[in-house]
Amino acid sequence: MSDPTVADTRRLNSKPQDLTDAYGPPSNFLEIDVYDPQTVGVGRNRFTTYEVRMRTNLPIFKLKDSIVRRRYSDFEWLKNELERDSKIVVPPLPGKALKRLLPFRGDEGIFEEAFIEERRVGLEQFINRIAGHPLAQNERCLHMFLQDESLDRNYIPGKVRDPEARCA
Amino acid sequence: MSFFSFGQSAEIDVVLTDAETRKKAEHKTEDGKKDKYFLFYDGETVAGKVNVTLKNPGKRLEHQGIKIEFVGQIELYYDRGNHHEFVSLVKDLARPGELTQSQTFDFEFTHVEKPYESYTGQNVKLRYFLRATVSRRLNDISKEMDIVVHTLSTYPELNSSIKMEVGIEDCLHIEFEYNKSKYHLKDVIVGKIYFLLVRIKIKHMEIDIIKRETTGTGPSVYHENDTIAKYEIMDGAPVRGESIPIRLFLAGYEMTPTMRDINKKFSVRYYLNLVLIDEEERRYFKQQEITLWRKGDVVRKSMSSQATIGAQRFEGSVSSESALEKAAREDSA
Repeated sequence: MSDPTVADTRRLNSKPQDLTDAYGPPSNFLEIDVYDPQTVGVGRNRFTTYEVRMRTNLPIFKLKDSIVRRRYSDFEWLKNELERDSKIVVPPLPGKALKRLLPFRGDEGIFEEAFIEERRVGLEQFINRIAGHPLAQNERCLHMFLQDESLDRNYIPGKVRDPEARCA
Repeated sequence: MSFFSFGQSAEIDVVLTDAETRKKAEHKTEDGKKDKYFLFYDGETVAGKVNVTLKNPGKRLEHQGIKIEFVGQIELYYDRGNHHEFVSLVKDLARPGELTQSQTFDFEFTHVEKPYESYTGQNVKLRYFLRATVSRRLNDISKEMDIVVHTLSTYPELNSSIKMEVGIEDCLHIEFEYNKSKYHLKDVIVGKIYFLLVRIKIKHMEIDIIKRETTGTGPSVYHENDTIAKYEIMDGAPVRGESIPIRLFLAGYEMTPTMRDINKKFSVRYYLNLVLIDEEERRYFKQQEITLWRKGDVVRKSMSSQATIGAQRFEGSVSSESALEKAAREDSA
């Protein structure tokens, strides 16, 4: 075999890309918006809900466009379910703001506009980060959180697809 | 070291016969510094002179014998006491007696086997050295001279490309290809990554070269991973059907040839790690071992047949015969 003095660095041959693939919508479209905070209830029993809207073209989600209403404790529930059932390091939620729950504050506490906005941003970041995780997408609790009208806290935890088939 | 000024002491000096013509190679010392040492290949003769210079001229130096050794040994850092010698040759230069004046002794270790390459790593060191010793009753006088050995190979007959499809079901499917499985130290890795399915949001992709040094056996095995290189090959989000080229020049990185189970004591292996990072900093990776080998320089007339014999130990190739023939012809010319 001859000893070439200069290595061959020409590119390897590759298939030309289909133009619909190149210019069409990407297969990884996933956007979740957390918006429209509404405070419901009266007096001590008030709480804030947020609209959670998911738009996606990922086949694993049954609905390509879904809207649900969720409150902070629902997000906490999701975080706990994922931490228990999956091997993921779950991103942090915005703070519980326990100080704001105490009485005799000068302001509105947890119903303060600026606080709600700060929390909304944190919840949006949280849900987008976790929904994009391939392993979280396997968990029934995530699908229920995003696409079912209400959370059934007595559900049977489980996987959406066969975990053995996942990794090549 | 002798703290007593009475009595006789001597300085030993080892000088190679071909010190003027022999090439030197850079080699890292244990503390990370780089030094130059005489470069030898397997099968080459190690010859020279040992100069014993008396410190106090006129006084005699009594000794229990003068010898020179050629040693090749493996030192595990966590087990310093035990040196594993795989080459150990001795030449006696003088029988027990006395030196009345400074003296020079010739030595020659003919066609010495040097089966492994010199290596200084995180947990292990493989070195070759000459050690001249003047034995004495209380304390020996000795001098060590380290040399560096390179193991050469030539283009392997079989050098298949690495081509594989990997992924996460329904999320990410790629086909990666590297043009060879065996690369020499100044080679170029030419390859490509072809995206079959992209359902995650990829931010960028890089290829890393990882060196893994493994020492020890059985229950106490240590792996030391060192990322030698990180080379970004793609910035941005790919879609299905996209092909990303790879061209990675190895000459810019400090690497050694792949060393497998050297004297059953250690291994040094290299891996290409393809890493995809998504928008949330999640990492998806695929590691693939590659074999690195050292290519010999063009055989020059002055080095002739000795170095050619040295270059003969390689992974079987037809060109071995022609190199030897060529050197023989050059010698007789």
